[in-house]
Amino acid sequence: MKRIKISDVVIYALLIFSGLICLVPIWNTIAISFSDKTSAALGLVRMLPVNFTLASYNNMMEETQFWTSFMVSIKRVLIGVSINMIVTILMAYPLSKSPREFHTKNIYMWIVVFTMLFNGGLVPTFMVVNNLHMMDTFWALVLPGAVPVFNVILLMNFFKGIPKSLEESASMDGAGPWTVLALIYLPLSKASLATIALFSVVTHWNSYFDGKIYINSMEKLPLQTYIQSLSASLNAEQMAMMTAEELEEQLAVSSLTFNSAKVVVSMIPILLIYPFLQKYFVTGMVVGAVKE
Amino acid sequence: MKKNRSSAVSRTHKQGPYHLMLLPGMVLLFIFHLVPMVGLLMAFEDFMPIKGLFGSKFVGMANFQRLFKLPTFWRILRNTIVISVGKLLLVMVASVVFALLLNECRHVKLKRVVQTTVYLPHFLSWVILAVMFSNIFSYTGIVSQIVQFFGGEPEMFMISNTWFRKILIGGEVWKEFGYGAIVYIAAITNIDPTMYEAASIDGAGRWKKIWYITLPSIVPTIILMTTLNIGKLLKGGFDQVFNLYSPLVYETGDIIDTYVYRMGLVDLQYSNGTAVGLFQSLIGFVLLVIAYKLADKLVGYRVF
Repeated sequence: MKRIKISDVVIYALLIFSGLICLVPIWNTIAISFSDKTSAALGLVRMLPVNFTLASYNNMMEETQFWTSFMVSIKRVLIGVSINMIVTILMAYPLSKSPREFHTKNIYMWIVVFTMLFNGGLVPTFMVVNNLHMMDTFWALVLPGAVPVFNVILLMNFFKGIPKSLEESASMDGAGPWTVLALIYLPLSKASLATIALFSVVTHWNSYFDGKIYINSMEKLPLQTYIQSLSASLNAEQMAMMTAEELEEQLAVSSLTFNSAKVVVSMIPILLIYPFLQKYFVTGMVVGAVKE
Repeated sequence: MKKNRSSAVSRTHKQGPYHLMLLPGMVLLFIFHLVPMVGLLMAFEDFMPIKGLFGSKFVGMANFQRLFKLPTFWRILRNTIVISVGKLLLVMVASVVFALLLNECRHVKLKRVVQTTVYLPHFLSWVILAVMFSNIFSYTGIVSQIVQFFGGEPEMFMISNTWFRKILIGGEVWKEFGYGAIVYIAAITNIDPTMYEAASIDGAGRWKKIWYITLPSIVPTIILMTTLNIGKLLKGGFDQVFNLYSPLVYETGDIIDTYVYRMGLVDLQYSNGTAVGLFQSLIGFVLLVIAYKLADKLVGYRVF
C-alpha cells in the first residue's frame, strides 16, 4: 500500500491539471489587472503581472459609475433575496401538504408545474413589464423573477420529509399553520434555507440581462450589466463593418487592464460567500437532482 | 376508521391560512408568467404597439410560414441543436471522468483543493468570464502563444467561424464539469464497499474495479441526468453565446435565444420575435414532458 504506483501518479497529475485549468483564466485576469497597459495589450502577461502597477485599481476607485452600480447590485441582492425567500417559504409549506390536508393543493401544484414547463418567452414578458410601468425601476430587477420555482420544489420536497407527528402534536396544543411553519418547519430546515438563499444571492449578483433590457438610467444599472456594456461597447454593426485587423486594433486600445480590474473586484463578493456555498451546495444539488 | 381520521385532519388543517400563504407567490406567477402567455397572441398577429394586443391585425399562421422559409431560421435551429448536444454530451463525459478520478484519489488534502477550484467557475457569470475569455483567446492571448510555441499561427479565435462553436462547447465543459460531477460523486459514495472487497479477493485490480463496479453503479445517474437534459435541447445557453458572440460568428454561433432577442427587442419586430419564441417554448415543453416521462420509466425518478 505504501509504495507509489504509476496509476496514482497519473491520477494525481490529471486532478492537478483539471484544478489548474479552472484557475488559469481567473489567475491570468488578476495578473493583467496588476500590469501596465502596454504589456497587457501586447499580450506579455501570463501568470505574473508585468511592470506591476496599481494604476487600474486607482482609476477604478475614482470611477463613480462602478461604485454606483456596485451598490445597486448589493441592494438588489438584499431586497431580491429577501423577496425570493419569503415567497419560496410561504409557497413550499402549503404545497408540502397532502391533498387530504390541503384540498386544493393539486390545483396550485399544476399551476406551478405549468409555469416551470412552459413560458411566454422574452418578448411577451418584456411587454408585461413595460405595460406595468416598471421600466427603468428597481422593481423590474426583483419582481419578474421573484418566484424561483425550482427552489420552491426543492424546499417543498424537504418539508415533506419532516415527520407529521411534530405538526400534529403542536396542533393539539392549539398552534395554527403560521406558528407551525415558523416554530417547527423553519428551524428544522436551516441547511436547506441556507442553500436556497446562497443560490439566490449568486443568481441576483450575476444577473445582467434584466438590467440590460429594463434599465436605462445609469444610476440604476446593476454591476454585471455595467461590465457587460463595457465589453460590448463596440456596437455590433460597427464590428461587422471592420476588417479583422481593424477590429483587433480596436480591441487592443479598449482598456484591457481597467476592465480586468473591474472584473476582479466584481468577483470578490462571490469569493467571500464561496466557502459557505461550498459547504451547502453539495447537499442542495444532490437533494435537487437525485431525490429518493 | 378512515373517515374519522380524515375529519380529524380537516379540523386541524384549516384551509384559509394555506391559501393566504400561497397568495403572494401566485399573484407574482400570474402577472409575470401567466399574463405573458396571453401575449403569445402576438405570434399570430401583425402586432403594432399603437393598436394594442387586441386591435392588431390577426394573420393566423402567416408569421410562421414566413419564418420556416427563412434560411436564418434553419441556421439558428441547426446551431442551437449542434451547440446544445455538444455541450450536454461533453459536459457529461467530463463530469463522469472527473468523478471517477477524484474517487481514486486517496490524498484527502489534494482532493479537497481540487474540488474547491473546479467548482468555482460555475458560480461566475458569463459577463465576467467573457472578459477573461476575450483576454485568453485574443490574437496575443495565452492560447495564441501556446499555438505559436507548437509552431502554429496565432489567431483571433473569438471571431473565427472555425473555432467559435468549439470555444462555446469547450467553455461550457470548462465551467460546468466540476459542478456537474457532484451528483456522480454522490452516487459513487453510495456504492456498497463490500463489492470492492469481494472484487479484491477475486483479484481485480484498480482499473477492473472502476470498469466493472464504479462505472456500472453510476449508469442510472448518468441516464437520469442525460434524460433530464433533453428538455434543454433548444436552449443553447443564451448568457454564454450573448456575451461571447459578434456578427462575424453569427454563421456558426447564433442561437434561437439570441435571435429572439435581436429580432424582438433590438429590431422591434415583436410578432416575429414572439413567433420564434413560441416555437421554441412549444418544442421545449414537449421535450420536457418526454424527458420527465422517460426519467420516470427508465430509473423511476419523479420530480414531484
